Amino acid sequence: MKDAVLDISGLTTTFTIGGRAIPAVQDLDLAIAAGETVALVGESGSGKSVTSLSIMGLLPRRVGQVAAGSIRLRCKSGQTTSLTGLDPESLRRLRGNDVAMVFQEPMTSLNPVFTVGEQIAEPIRIHLGKSHRSAAADAVRLLGEVGIPDPERRAKQYPHELSGGMRQRVTIAMALACDPQLLIADEPTTALDVTIQAQILTLMAKLQAERSMAVLFITHNLGVVAEIADRVAVMYAGRIVETGPVQDVFDHPRHPYTKGLLRSVPKLGEAAQLKAQGRDLPTIAGNVPSLRHLPPGCAFANRCELATESCRAAVPVLEEVSSGRHARCIRWREV
Amino acid sequence: MDDLYLSVRNLTKHFQPSGFSRGPAVKALQDISFDIPRGQVVGLVGESGSGKTTIGRSILRLIEPTSGQVIMNGTDVVRLSARGLRRQRRKMQYVFQDPFASLSSRMTIGRILMEGLDIQRLGSKSDRQARARAALEMVELPEDAFDRFAHEFSGGQRQRIGIARALAMQPEFVVADEPVSALDVSIQAQVLNLLRGLQMRLGLTMLFISHDLAVVEYICDTVIVLYLGRIMEIAPAAELYARPRHPYTRALLSAIPTPDPIRRAKRQVLTGDIPSPANPPSGCVFRTRCPLAVDACATSVPPLREMVPGHSMACIRDEAII
Ligand SMILES: Nc1ncnc2c1ncn2[C@@H]1O[C@H](COP(=O)(O)OP(=O)(O)O)[C@@H](O)[C@H]1O
Ligand SMILES: Nc1ncnc2c1ncn2[C@@H]1O[C@H](COP(=O)(O)OP(=O)(O)O)[C@@H](O)[C@H]1O
Ligand code: SF4
Ligand SMILES: [Mg+2]
Ligand SMILES: [Mg+2]
Repeated sequence: MKDAVLDISGLTTTFTIGGRAIPAVQDLDLAIAAGETVALVGESGSGKSVTSLSIMGLLPRRVGQVAAGSIRLRCKSGQTTSLTGLDPESLRRLRGNDVAMVFQEPMTSLNPVFTVGEQIAEPIRIHLGKSHRSAAADAVRLLGEVGIPDPERRAKQYPHELSGGMRQRVTIAMALACDPQLLIADEPTTALDVTIQAQILTLMAKLQAERSMAVLFITHNLGVVAEIADRVAVMYAGRIVETGPVQDVFDHPRHPYTKGLLRSVPKLGEAAQLKAQGRDLPTIAGNVPSLRHLPPGCAFANRCELATESCRAAVPVLEEVSSGRHARCIRWREV
Repeated sequence: MDDLYLSVRNLTKHFQPSGFSRGPAVKALQDISFDIPRGQVVGLVGESGSGKTTIGRSILRLIEPTSGQVIMNGTDVVRLSARGLRRQRRKMQYVFQDPFASLSSRMTIGRILMEGLDIQRLGSKSDRQARARAALEMVELPEDAFDRFAHEFSGGQRQRIGIARALAMQPEFVVADEPVSALDVSIQAQVLNLLRGLQMRLGLTMLFISHDLAVVEYICDTVIVLYLGRIMEIAPAAELYARPRHPYTRALLSAIPTPDPIRRAKRQVLTGDIPSPANPPSGCVFRTRCPLAVDACATSVPPLREMVPGHSMACIRDEAII
């Protein structure tokens, strides 16, 4: 992709367990342009968080490693840096500055013994070299921008004095403090109530538009994907199985897994009809295969209605099915 | 008139501040009344802290309600003696949200399924085994699961085990507390289909708890919407989704993320946070976030009124709702 802020190519990340390398992410290609939001969607264990930890250089040491591929980030300076194999000191300079992250649990990134104002000001002082006073003023302004009422007073409060939704706003303010090129949000609304989730999604869309950052938005919720993303990459058992513009993928999925997943999402008003007709909810039969015992062919074959012998012979390639659309299925034409 | 199985009247639960912490009691439940006809499923929906779990636990008397009645098949569970309660227990079972936390990792599935039967000393050893195996079959798990351990199973399978454990007791009444909330969407639907099928086949009466309105629609006959310990609306499931009345129900439905651009355009995002149940707003507890609130909403608690048969709501703004 031209002008990509993030450009991942052929990423394979493994975990060494009992002397064996278990692939959590395999052969992943993903690029995000400035101003673009790409959603990484998939069920639990499909490799979404491992992808983000690989980008951030936060894989658990000695256990997790990037085994192959490249991750390149265009920094604020305009230079492109390879994130794989970067020394810890350089990584620290990038994190919170050129690339920032928001987690599912706000307390993962908040320190209970400092006020939220201090915590937002810290990266501003460290990375941008601003004075205490000016960073503190920035923190108050940021709290206002993320929709926290009475930001001056709130800046002096501790995380435990805030609600879950407010805390998540604070971690978003922290992440945005240094105007990163890339924001990674890993299930940022999953732990929130649905009315609060709606607030945070609205906020993130607004902030992204104002700043034209690249955003990697990780979620297991297809409804959230539709609300927030321009493009989507669907993961299954460590591999991307389908990518494309959100509306396109939702209207015409080209991978049987995507199709099954879309059908499984409860649609309001439909379930009561199904019940009245005595019919079951649509599901995907079976379970995700264990990463330790991945089949030789398509990882979805054991659950797929279209599966044939050729599907089980070799892992299908991520084929271009139309401009900007890819699917990892040999029978995508029939989906 | 349907045959009534459960009747909850004026159920109230206040948690007193514990230890050294002072301050007001947490008003987890305020004056909750509803019925469940025999063989039907009632859904309890609301955001976290709205009191769903507290209702489920109070009904099974896993916690002591502050006041109110829980009449189950003619018996007031709240007034039962310890002995009476023990006898009642086998008729009512609880299925928990987290199948991981609620299953012991040291016990085989067979032991887990028989534990309740052993405690109640129901039948002979071989009777208990047979019942546990039958329960395993009902939740469509392989026979060899009986001798395996919980950690060998996926989330969806563990939830099936949690359901089997409840069914092994051959209960009349089941509280299922967020039984699919920890599961992936494709697995959620599998478990919902299973639960609905079993519920109908066994004629179970059920209270199904979820924070997600989208999940309860399929399984429930009637849905109750809770907010801050009070009932906002009760309606037959299909009716609630087609014609939600209470402003909170409408907001809750509209907040569900959706691929449908038309629904999204109509979205109305509620501002502000859920107030603390230790200090709920006067009058209508929803008024601080309600787009339709007027001064009168602060003066008294709106009563739950039946608008059309079977469909009640607690809001005074009839003319604004239509
Ligand atoms: N710290 C770890 N040690 C070993 N395996 C891990 C670790 N973290 C993740 N994995 C493995 O990587 C896979 C992908 O995990 P993850 O990326 O967290 O999934 P998700 O898509 O739910 O975010 C999981 O199946 C898990 O087995
Ligand atoms: N044992 C307890 N002690 C004190 N407060 C409690 C206790 N259990 C629940 N609560 C409070 O009661 C309210 C309702 O909780 P709960 O019934 O768990 O809600 P839900 O299941 O709808 O999320 C919450 O404010 C919660 O903090
Ligand atoms: S490759 Fe085969 S098994 Fe895999 S999704 Fe496509 S049709 Fe199904
Ligand atoms: Mg994750
Ligand atoms: Mg609960």
